[in-house]
Amino acid sequence: MDPIPKTHNQDLNLKATELRLGLPGSESPERTTIGGAKNPNLVSGAKRGFSDTINFVKNGAFLAENKNNTSGKDTAVSSSPKVPVAASKAQVVGWPPIRSFRKNSMAAKNTKNEDDPNAEIGSCVYVKVSMDGAPYLRKVDLKIYSSYQDLSLALEKMFSSFTLGQYGTHGSSENPLMNLLNGSEYVLTYEDKDGDLMLVGDVPWDMFTGTCKRMRIMKSSDAIGLAPRVADKCKSGN
Amino acid sequence: MFPEEVLEHVFSFLNSHTDRNTASLVCKSWYEMERWCRKRVFIGNCYAVNPRVVIRRFPEVKSVELKGKPHFADFNLVPEGWGGYVYPWIVEIARAYPWLEEIRLKRMVVTDECLEIVAKSFRNFRVLVLESCEGFSTDGLAAVAANCRNLRVLDLRECEVEELSGHWLSHFPDSFTSLESLNMACLGSEVSFSALERLVARSPNLKTLRLNRTVPIEKLSTLLQRAPQLVDFGTGAYSAEIRQDVYSRLADAFSRSKNLKSLSGFWDVTPAYLPAIYSVCSQLTSLNLSYAATRSPDLTKIVSQCYNLQRLVVLDYIEDTGLNTVSMSCKDLRELVVFPSDPFVGEVDVLLTEQGLVSVSQGCSKLQSVLYFCHQMSNSALISISKNRPNLTCFRLCIIEPRVPDYVTHEPLDVGFGSIVENCKQLTRLSMSGLLTDRVFEYIGTHAKNLDMLSIAFAGDSDLGLHHVLSGCDSLRKLEIRDCPFGDKALLANASKLEKMRSLWMSSCLVSFGACKLLGQKMPGLNVEVIDERENVNSLPEYVPVEKVYIYRTVSGQRFDTPDFVRIMGKDKDDLFSDKGLKVAVLFCSNFGTFRPCCCTRSRSL
Repeated sequence: MDPIPKTHNQDLNLKATELRLGLPGSESPERTTIGGAKNPNLVSGAKRGFSDTINFVKNGAFLAENKNNTSGKDTAVSSSPKVPVAASKAQVVGWPPIRSFRKNSMAAKNTKNEDDPNAEIGSCVYVKVSMDGAPYLRKVDLKIYSSYQDLSLALEKMFSSFTLGQYGTHGSSENPLMNLLNGSEYVLTYEDKDGDLMLVGDVPWDMFTGTCKRMRIMKSSDAIGLAPRVADKCKSGN
Repeated sequence: MFPEEVLEHVFSFLNSHTDRNTASLVCKSWYEMERWCRKRVFIGNCYAVNPRVVIRRFPEVKSVELKGKPHFADFNLVPEGWGGYVYPWIVEIARAYPWLEEIRLKRMVVTDECLEIVAKSFRNFRVLVLESCEGFSTDGLAAVAANCRNLRVLDLRECEVEELSGHWLSHFPDSFTSLESLNMACLGSEVSFSALERLVARSPNLKTLRLNRTVPIEKLSTLLQRAPQLVDFGTGAYSAEIRQDVYSRLADAFSRSKNLKSLSGFWDVTPAYLPAIYSVCSQLTSLNLSYAATRSPDLTKIVSQCYNLQRLVVLDYIEDTGLNTVSMSCKDLRELVVFPSDPFVGEVDVLLTEQGLVSVSQGCSKLQSVLYFCHQMSNSALISISKNRPNLTCFRLCIIEPRVPDYVTHEPLDVGFGSIVENCKQLTRLSMSGLLTDRVFEYIGTHAKNLDMLSIAFAGDSDLGLHHVLSGCDSLRKLEIRDCPFGDKALLANASKLEKMRSLWMSSCLVSFGACKLLGQKMPGLNVEVIDERENVNSLPEYVPVEKVYIYRTVSGQRFDTPDFVRIMGKDKDDLFSDKGLKVAVLFCSNFGTFRPCCCTRSRSL
């Protein structure tokens, strides 16, 4: 048992605020949902009817947090035994709570199913991104980006603090990271499944996400001689 | 008063950390006596205390166990670079404890340099367990292998290792024969099989051997034959073309492994090879098939023979029928873990429902610990489970889709989880999911008096929910919350509770910068870390909610190894009168012990 310091502030008296502690079944103050809409159905101890549930579900409960794109989501809350699932599955970070090790193992398994093009849907691919000279590296999920441009925007945000002194604001170019790197001392490279060091952007995007194991923002001086082996990679259908 | 020798002898029977901590508080002489003879130190949060303070208090330590990052780091919620560096600890303990024997680390950043220091500093080093650690490479492992002459245990549990080569294993010298446990399951690179075989052959005390994927199934029989004393075995990739000779050798090798109690591995299973393990099924107390993508019939056939099974870890491929078999065959089951085979896919074609868990709760009277992923749940199922198994100590349910209600009645699952906490009076760990209102937290605060750790996601309606938990759960030490509408009020109202806990994590909630700063200012015994990666974070007004906040008690003050996206709030004396200007100042009046919002921008003194 650790000794608790005596010189201490009193607990805030909750009764002085609008929050009250009611026993189960007693009247509780109206509460608001995240979206601000008041939902009286939540307050009373009475059972909620089916239609109330539908309203509640439509108004906010089923919609995942701001980070999701859940447009066109059709939640099937019915009395049939079918399990309600979302039509579109933009992923929430860290949900369901499964460790990266397991997720990556499953992803690795899925990429082996060449004859099942849908096997990879939904699995995520975390790769490490390091930058020469930076104090720590970052991890990105390649599955949440749809193009090199998306990826470069994200990386630029993540690593801009390390190069801020040199490059300040970025231009309106399509490829901000390339902009940051253009004429700079850095290039963006990645290590693929075969262990080869490649320049990011040389192969088609889908092939990149399937083969990239980790990325490295490296000094141009170290990247001399990094000949793109694009033609070979595309031919062998990696 | 007992003479010292008697006290020391009595204390040698106290093994649990809590018992030792309690004994040390009895009186000064017990404190002194206890600190001199404490051999094992456990630090649940590496930032709660300074290594030098630990060393000063406990001079004779042989075993150190440390934990770093918060639990939600397992799910990528803690950005890289947050912290948890073990290096400062390693440097200090290398200097202070030359006779240290054991190091156990969980969720820490371990570099090759750390491993080299470990390898060279401790003459009698025996046990290295790294769980969910990262930052080191196979070079660091090579250093350990080459230098730790008396190593017994090298256990890498789900670590992220930079794999430079498989050569590290070959660094164990020929004279090295003390190995008892080797777990390399998380490594991806191939090791020299002949080096591995020779290592196994010269380790007569080897009880645990968990291989990695690269060891082919054809080679398993060789290793099993070399180590008939093995108790815990993890296969490599369990697949190959079906060959009778390979199968026969393997089945034969398993049948001779009379001491085998635990099986795991089974990456990439070829079902035809599964019957090779049938001969050991009845011996098994632990079985992990959670990387085996095999369907229910194969799995059912196996579990139906595991009469002595205590721990089962499996994928949802086992389905309700398989779990029904478990409930009838595995009468000694203590722990059930069911992972989802494909959690991100929309269509659900696996027939695992809440029924499977209900059957196991009915049939397995010793069941204490559950981790269950599924797609649907009902209050009545939860109530049944709680009534069947009041002896549950750990109940973790993950319904994969957030905020899903009772699929039969469409109500929230408040009553179901309420029943769990009401009936399972020894419950120490709970994770909830599905549609939950503030009501469930009322139940938890009222009933869950032994709850030590609680995980909440996408639940609740208001601060009242959080208040119920913080004010009601007397034993609560770890609370982790994500995506819940909990904000400043409950947090500030229960500020002193936070010092009785190890830590609180809240992400994607409604806790504001202002509240975090206030908490940090008023509670010197807490570090209030705001983890926020937004670009414009420095210009955000104080009422804006933070992305993530991690609050933990500490006696070592703020830490200085934070990256730019982590701010330790309220430790700066100037903060109270910052230039940003408080639009709504929440003044904490220590004299009156009340909490009321005021509108003013400055105050001279409180």
